[in-house]
Amino acid sequence: MGIIDNINKLFDHRVRLGIMSVLAVNEAADFNRLKELLNVTDGNLASHLKALEKAEYISVAKTFIGRKPHTNYKATKIGKLEFKKHIEALEKLIN
Amino acid sequence: MKNDNYLKDIGHIKDMMNRSSRFISLSGVSGIFAGCYAIIGGLFTYYYLFPKPHEQLNYGSTKFFEIILIALLVLVLSIATAIFLTSRKAKKHNAKIWDITTYRLVINFLIPLVTGGIYIILKLNSQHYGLTASLMLIFYGLALVNASKYTIGNIKYLGIAEIILGLICAAFPGYGFWFWMIGFGLFHIIYGSIMFVEEKKASHWES
Repeated sequence: MGIIDNINKLFDHRVRLGIMSVLAVNEAADFNRLKELLNVTDGNLASHLKALEKAEYISVAKTFIGRKPHTNYKATKIGKLEFKKHIEALEKLIN
Repeated sequence: MKNDNYLKDIGHIKDMMNRSSRFISLSGVSGIFAGCYAIIGGLFTYYYLFPKPHEQLNYGSTKFFEIILIALLVLVLSIATAIFLTSRKAKKHNAKIWDITTYRLVINFLIPLVTGGIYIILKLNSQHYGLTASLMLIFYGLALVNASKYTIGNIKYLGIAEIILGLICAAFPGYGFWFWMIGFGLFHIIYGSIMFVEEKKASHWES
């Protein structure tokens, strides 16, 4: 039972998993960078980011560069911890 | 069946981490190399080419061009090492080295750097040598801070350190050479070593 507990339902999707992977090794990433790396559409990425934001796994900072809105995402402490737990659980399941 | 999915998930995580963090390798070992080149170039200049106290360094003299040549050599070697190490790592992870992010990184790095370079050359042209080291440090620092938006965050702190050092350097005329050695040599080696240790920690995650 213990192992399954750590499998996080929220990470049970390719895009969300990708977002967390990028933010685990980068201090921050903006929307376009994530889009480019994950190869997804704007709407798709936005909805997954929203889900992670709601769970407080990532934090969002909106600024303006000139007139263009610029959104930066960071993994929160909780997010990083949950992600690490998730990976460890995955590894245990495989072994 | 389920196991297969988990395995794919882990593969996906690894792939994303590698592709998004290729500049970590640019920052670590190549930083140490850049620092070493700077110190070797600096020491060579100091012992063989530096004007004696009674001498004057004239714009356009052979010595002047030799010093410029060494500075350029240090720059070219540092960049070549960085490109070589980064592309080698990129190849290993099947990542593209040239994408929009790389392009933005290079452009944002070059704008302050080239501005500073031209400014320094114009100043040298009019026999203003005094602030060369300080200006090099400040503009290099600004270039790093500017480029840091497109790479991992630590490069920003190196940039800020270079800017502060450049400003201190401006307050102590005559010691430019030593500040240059600290900024381009020592700082790079310290920074490269810190990054190298962090990379090792990160690779623990990857494997």
